[in-house]
This record gives sequence, C-alpha cells and structure tokens, in this order.
Amino acid sequence: MSALTFTLKQPTDQRIDMSPLVCQKLQGLDVDAIAAIELQNGKSRRRVDELFYITGMNTQEIIIAYSNNKLDFIGKELDGGSISVQGDTGAYLGMQLKSGTINVSGDAGLYAACEMKNGLIQIEGDAGDFLGGALPGNKQGMKGGTVLVKGNVGQRAGDHMRRGQILIEGNAGDYCGSRMLAGTIAVMGNTGRYLGYAMRRGTLLLWNQPQLSATFNDCGSHTLAFLPILFASFKSFNSRFADSGAAFNRVQRYGGDMAETGRGEVLVRI
Amino acid sequence: MIINGVTIDKTFAEAFPMKATRAIITAQNEKWAMISAQAMTGFATSVIACGCEAGIERVLSPNETPDGRPGVAIMIYAMGGKGLAKQLETRAGQCVLTSPTSALFAGIEGGKPIPLGKNLRYFGDGFQIAKKIGGKRYWRVPVMDGEFLTEATTGMVDAVGGGNFLVLAESQPQALAACEAAIEEMRKIPNVIMPFPGGVVRSGSKVGSKYASLGASTNDAFCPTLKGVTKTDLSPEIESVMEIVIDGLCKEDIDKAMRVGIQAVCDLGAANGIKRISAGNYGGKLGPFHFHLQEIMA
Repeated sequence: MSALTFTLKQPTDQRIDMSPLVCQKLQGLDVDAIAAIELQNGKSRRRVDELFYITGMNTQEIIIAYSNNKLDFIGKELDGGSISVQGDTGAYLGMQLKSGTINVSGDAGLYAACEMKNGLIQIEGDAGDFLGGALPGNKQGMKGGTVLVKGNVGQRAGDHMRRGQILIEGNAGDYCGSRMLAGTIAVMGNTGRYLGYAMRRGTLLLWNQPQLSATFNDCGSHTLAFLPILFASFKSFNSRFADSGAAFNRVQRYGGDMAETGRGEVLVRI
Repeated sequence: MIINGVTIDKTFAEAFPMKATRAIITAQNEKWAMISAQAMTGFATSVIACGCEAGIERVLSPNETPDGRPGVAIMIYAMGGKGLAKQLETRAGQCVLTSPTSALFAGIEGGKPIPLGKNLRYFGDGFQIAKKIGGKRYWRVPVMDGEFLTEATTGMVDAVGGGNFLVLAESQPQALAACEAAIEEMRKIPNVIMPFPGGVVRSGSKVGSKYASLGASTNDAFCPTLKGVTKTDLSPEIESVMEIVIDGLCKEDIDKAMRVGIQAVCDLGAANGIKRISAGNYGGKLGPFHFHLQEIMA
C-alpha cells in the first residue's frame, strides 16, 4: 500500500492548520472521508481536496508534498506512524508529538517540536525560534524524544525544555537552552549570546567554546563516562552526530545558571 | 554409570526457585572492575546466613560493556524479590559506588525492574544529574574521583538455586584438584554462578539439625571422619568430599554447568583418586527442581 500523499495544489495566501491530518486520526478512513475533512485556512474552513491532491492509502505513512511555510501544526499530537514533509513547514511542527517520526526536507518555522512528548523529528534545513520550547504562558517545553536539525536554529531553542534531546548540526541563536529544566541540547556549530539563560538543570553539549554569562562558573576539565553512551545512542541517526569522529568524552564543564539553582551544565569539547 | 573409573551415583540434586539479577561493573581497567565485583559479591555464599548468593559470572571485554571500558558481570540470587532488591542496593552502594573509577549498569533486559542506582542517586545531595539515553535512565552522581555513572534499574527474573554435585575422593588434595578443574570449565557457562569460596564448599549441609534453632547442619552422611559413627554414605577408601553448588537463570543452564563440571572431574578419573560423584539429595524436602546425575551425563 503506497503512502497517503497530500500534494498542495497551489500556495495559499492564508495559513493552513494541518493538525487533523495525522496518522491516528486518519486511520480507518477512506479517501472520500479524508477528502471531506475541513481544514482551517485563515478565517475560512476548506475541504482537504480543495487544497490538496490526494493519492495513496497508507494512513500510517503520510507524505505532504510541495509544502511551504504556511502549513502550520503538521504532525500535531501525532501518535505513531510517520509524516514526511517535502518542502518547508510553518509554525508548530510536531507540537505535542506523542510518538512516531516526522521528517522535513526543508526548513521549519517557529515553535517546532514545542511541548513534544516523544518520537523523532528530523529537519534537513533550519528551524525557527523556540525549537522544543513551551507555548507562551506554559512552564514546560519539550518533555521527551529527539529533535535533529541539520541546519541552524533560531533563538531560545529548548526554552523551558523538561526532557529529551535536541541535536543541532549548525548554529544556535541567542538564549539557547534558556530556562531549561532538564534534557540535553547538543550544538555542533556556534551558539549565540545568553547561552543557558536561567537554566535550572540540563546539559548543553557544545563543540565550540561559547560566550558565557558571568553566572556560569568553570568546574574544570573532566572525562565523563556518560558521554560515550550518549554518542552511541546517536549511531542510528542519519546525521553527523552518528560519525564516530564526532564523539568525545573529554570536556570543560561550566555550572550554571548560578542566578538560578545552578544545577545545569555547559560541556564544551576539549 | 561409571566414567573413567568414577562412579556416577543414581541420585539427583535438589534445587529450589529463587529470584536473580545481573549487574555489570566497569572501571578504568579490569583490575579495578574485578576489585569492585569481588567486594560486591563478598559474603554471599549461601542464603542461609548471607541474605543472598552472589558471584562473578564472567569478565567482559570493553566492546561488551555499555561504556566501552573493561567490566565484570556479577549475579545475585535471593529467595524473594524484596530481599534481592535490598541486597543489590546495599551492595551497590557500599561496594561499587565506593570503588574508584567504577560505573554500574543493568545486566538483564526485561524482567521486573528493581532499583540499581535509582536510590543511590541521593548520595549526590542534589547535585546528581539524570540522563535518559536510548530509553534507559542513568544517574550521574558527583563523587571525589569524578562522576559515578549508574543505570537506574536492572531486571529481576525467576531463577533456580542450589544445583549441586559432590566429589568423593581418596584424599583432600585430590578432591580439591578435581573441584578446581570443574570450576574452571563451569565458569565458561553463561547464566550461572558458583557462589561458595572459589566455587567450592567443603561444609555441605543437610536439612535440619538436632538443635531446634538450626535449619541446616553438617551433612554427616558425607563426613569422612564420621564413617564409623553415623549412617554413612561413604565407602572406606573415601577420605574427602567437596561440593560444588550452582545457581542459574534456568534449569537448563544448571544442567549444562553440571555436565561440564562432572566431566572435568571424571577426566581426572580414578587414577587421580576420584571415586564417585554424588549429589545433595534431601528426599524431595528441599526443592522442586531435580537434577538426575546419570541423565545429565548420559
């Protein structure tokens, strides 16, 4: 059975809420029923078949073709199965994802993986601000799973992050790991200003020396036993993180944010 | 049945159900992993007075351990899950957490999870760090030599304890040499431990005692110095008897260990003073698992 494919007929002026098109909600529906689902498009509601060509039948494997940055909430609360996005996505990609995988061939917008609970999101391009963060007003961001970004990410990646891991091959913007509660963010590229701002716990694993605030204290250089286990867990990813040359276990450890509880850490490869 | 001049008694060893777990101890080198493992499995020869039976299963090469360092797999057996969990946690805390460069990992996937480092983390006094990697939870506890890394839980499974056989020889040195040869072969079998010192016990016991407060006492039928004063099981030429006790994850594991162990003893044969192989048979009073010697060696 071929993948259920939604091909965008033409770019829309208004944003489209894609949250109804997730595997568990489409399971058991025939093509007619899927075509009749109404999506919010700006102020109006439009049938799926008004916006997309529909082909294939496997609801556990969804492809969204010719996607662009107006398509919001792709994979929202996805609970099993896979969604493959050909192109860019709008905001809230994989929001509150429960399980399953989402692959994006282009860039992702704001709040990708926000409040994600489990599963895997892989973004070939860049990701916007608040990657893995919490929705405005909420106190906990990403709570589990893995986000892999091959490009750069915007500001406040991992804001309020509670658990899970964010792997960034490129650069991270300002306030990376801000208000982090726990979890791991690994950045192969450079990081911006105010790294780990107000983080309580959690690990920022860096390949390059960051510009640290005065509220992060040097704890010295160390060989940490958990790092080989962490890197071994990356082996299954199609990523530079899986390269054996990327692994290390010797780091400079900085504790902080001392303006908060100071139980977080920034580990920099040495 | 006679093998190389050694009589295999038509009897069976009795064993009983236990709960078991395995843990993997790693360290900077094999020496320190072994020191920690020996400490953790010390004073654990018999559940009669130690609370558990424990032993080193085997040495692990770096590519067999979770953190890529040399390691040792240890197993602990107890009569119940609660007792096993308590013994594991106490021993991990006093013998592995304290041991330089050590790390501690689960050795059994599946089964019922029991705490390994889950509660040891509190030693970190709030500085401990949790890491969930690949679905497993680890704790990083800051200690004076760096960090103690431990997995939060390991698995507990049903197991069998008390498999055994007796080596009857013409002299004490010959009995010991035969047991040493047996242990060397039995240590190659996975999923089993021989919990007594060096794998060998010279004070095999029977169930019960003339003293009401004791549940077990010396196996007088196999004590060579009592041949003339008790209902002995020994012929005149037997001067020494030693026993090998085996705990295993399942009956088949113990079968295998007994087979290679008895074979090693028989390979020395009558020419080296080995006369008989027997077993601790308590008339069905000890446990539901029966290991018939002649069937095992058939």
